[in-house]
Amino acid sequence: MIRDTAASFLAEVSSPAAVRAAMVRAEGHDQQAWQRICDEMVWQALHIPESYGGMGLGYVELIALLEQMGRFLFCSPFYATVCLGANALLVAGTESQKTTYLPKIVAGSTATLAYTGSNGGWGADSIELIVAPHNGGVVLNGKCRYVPDGASAEILVVAARSKGSHGMSGVSLFVLPQETAGLTRSWLPTMDQTRRQAELVFDNVQLDSDAIMCEPGAAWPLLEKIIDLATVAIVADQVGCAQQSLDMTVSYVLQRVQFGRVIGSYQAVKHKCADMMVKAESARSALYYAACIAAEALVDGELGADLASAASAAKACGSDACFFNTGTAIQLHGGVGFTAEYDVQLYFKRAKSSETFLGDSAYHRERLAQRLLDEGAGDEINL
Amino acid sequence: MKLTFSDEAEAFRQKIASWLAENLGGEFAELRGRGGPGDEHSLVSERKAWEARLHAGGWTGIGWPKNEGGQGASLEQQVIFHEEYARAGGPGRMGHIGETLVGPTLIAFGSEAQKRRFLPGILQGLVFWCQGYSEPNAGSDLANVKTRATFHAERNEWTLSGQKVWTSLAHESQYCFVLARTDPTSVGHKGLGFFLVNLQQAGVVVRPIEQLTGTCEFNEVFFDEAVCADADRVGAVDGGWQVAMGLLGFERGASTLGQQMLFKNELADIIRHAKRNGAARDPMLRQRIADAEIGLRIMRANSLRMLSGSSDGSLQKEAMIYKLYWATWHRNLGKLAMDVLGAESEIVEQAPYGLSRLQAMYLFSRADTIYGGTNQIQRNIIAERALGMPREPRG
Ligand SMILES: Cc1cc2nc3c(=O)[nH]c(=O)nc-3n(C[C@H](O)[C@H](O)[C@H](O)COP(=O)(O)OP(=O)(O)OC[C@H]3O[C@@H](n4cnc5c(N)ncnc54)[C@H](O)[C@@H]3O)c2cc1C
Repeated sequence: MIRDTAASFLAEVSSPAAVRAAMVRAEGHDQQAWQRICDEMVWQALHIPESYGGMGLGYVELIALLEQMGRFLFCSPFYATVCLGANALLVAGTESQKTTYLPKIVAGSTATLAYTGSNGGWGADSIELIVAPHNGGVVLNGKCRYVPDGASAEILVVAARSKGSHGMSGVSLFVLPQETAGLTRSWLPTMDQTRRQAELVFDNVQLDSDAIMCEPGAAWPLLEKIIDLATVAIVADQVGCAQQSLDMTVSYVLQRVQFGRVIGSYQAVKHKCADMMVKAESARSALYYAACIAAEALVDGELGADLASAASAAKACGSDACFFNTGTAIQLHGGVGFTAEYDVQLYFKRAKSSETFLGDSAYHRERLAQRLLDEGAGDEINL
Repeated sequence: MKLTFSDEAEAFRQKIASWLAENLGGEFAELRGRGGPGDEHSLVSERKAWEARLHAGGWTGIGWPKNEGGQGASLEQQVIFHEEYARAGGPGRMGHIGETLVGPTLIAFGSEAQKRRFLPGILQGLVFWCQGYSEPNAGSDLANVKTRATFHAERNEWTLSGQKVWTSLAHESQYCFVLARTDPTSVGHKGLGFFLVNLQQAGVVVRPIEQLTGTCEFNEVFFDEAVCADADRVGAVDGGWQVAMGLLGFERGASTLGQQMLFKNELADIIRHAKRNGAARDPMLRQRIADAEIGLRIMRANSLRMLSGSSDGSLQKEAMIYKLYWATWHRNLGKLAMDVLGAESEIVEQAPYGLSRLQAMYLFSRADTIYGGTNQIQRNIIAERALGMPREPRG
């Protein structure tokens, strides 16, 4: 249901022409389309509980929506706002932060999460921003990079660590409004122009204690959960891209004629398309499973314990599928696939940014391997 | 997608689990974990006796309708049965072909008399079956079957002449279902009949073929004027293809989740070896082990999708990719097992050629991408039926 509604709305506001127009804007999206989403579709409120003014639907519905956004290369602050900002508040916010900020998101404010520093990693070690106590509050110094919609988001959740701490220890989370003294934000020009990234520089940014989200210095487990939820969400975009690349390719090879036959009648071409379908469907299976687990994790259900593994499995397979399908789409389109004019290249570029963001498939396989093979891992495989 | 089973289904799980715990011991203890893929030639008479025990416990034909002598179990219950069966290390089922292929085919296409004649023997675990489709010149191109069936009106019976090949467990079976040409002038899938042929007769010779594992699981089967009563023909005289295809549709289904439990046991075994011999510290092997785990998770999620989708058995997209997916995954797992074992992977357990479980798995997994429709044929099917691409030209 939501899938069909989403598809028909996005076909209108995220047509290829609309995508290309949004891509060249500074903020990377069409403000009007975003406004219509907030006012007419109310998608930004989809999984926010009713007690904070949201619609109270689940992660499974959210995933169905994101899959369509990937399919239509939708350029918007939706992912950053809902899957990073709102999730961070839901998982790690204090009650008063939730009642302050979630209704703002429901009303159309944008948000994001910043945690990775210049090293460009995605685990706990990637946090470089330094926090120190200051006048009953805290002071932040340092940098975050690769922040989705980071230069335009109105609400920022940032992770920082205490000086000298490493890895999972010493991590804290803060929520702050965009107009905060000492904070400088700038866009980082990107290869995938359907998404925007920014750098955030913190120069003696002073925050009151009410900006502190959960237990100072012990935020990593909650941040990890936020990242896992965001990881599942980005896989939905990957599955949408992978599916659309397949669909575009099949329709192209069924009309392009070479050697007197449509090229789609050649087995080498058919088999590549079959492989694309296997990739898309298996990534979708991993995604739907992870979405169910994410829904459980958001309500602290028992099955939610599998979130980290389910998210890593989905991201590893989603990244491979999306790269394979978008790359194969270019190959099977031949020369036109290499032009700026045809859309397959846009999917190929979006695939790469989805793959990199929150860790590529090698990163996530290694994360799973640690659970399966290292100290403390039992002999039982958890399925 | 549902992640959990109903309370009622979980109660059913308790029932089968405790029955297996009680019965898979004593005289049957040695059967635990035996007779699966790569080991199907082993402990045959013991595994036949086990079929009768399963019947005594009411665990055969559980998916068949009640009025045909089955248990009328829901799809969910069948899945649970297969999961628990594999978890308990239940032996490879000798009655598998009869129960999952012949039974459902007769229930769908057979006459009342055929059902009465053949279903009880399958349920009781007394009559064993094999599949006579492939021939020397009819493999992927099954419709090229050349075995001839000639009708003798005066005796109201058929005689069959020709050769089948790669017939699994024919040497341990009483009956074979045979696809044969009833109209000698026909070509392709027209003019074929579907026959239930008794192998214990003068006109049949079964010759085992040694496989690359050094053991014999499949055979050549020669028919020389072998007799088959007209009453043992299923479907129309020239309608065998429809029956044969209907039967192939029964090959998928609830048993896939049970198969995943076997796969899971194999991966757990590989992980134990990796931890023991240090392979678990090799970065490349870590990636591949994690990848195997991801594949297992995908197969499970894929099955849950199939289960949550239509229960009328119609083929959905996720079902179409399944054979290609699991076969390729399992073949890779075989290679991974050997790479984890390293130098030790070469040394067989027992002279002259007693392979270890993982070695047998490694070698046998090369067949997974061949039988039941090769990987290439699966890709043709996906491209043509799921993606609507043009059919292959025929010679
Ligand atoms: C262990 C094992 C058990 C078996 N048990 C049984 C059994 O019990 N009963 C039974 O009837 N059969 C059985 N078979 C036979 C099995 O179904 C066939 O081997 C299979 O269908 C392939 O046929 P083939 O061996 O003749 O190979 P071929 O059809 O000759 O294929 C050879 C190669 O050509 C490729 N190829 C063929 N056609 C095409 C095409 N159109 N496009 C692209 N590539 C193509 C194939 O993919 C394959 O790689 C068994 C096989 C094995 C290995």
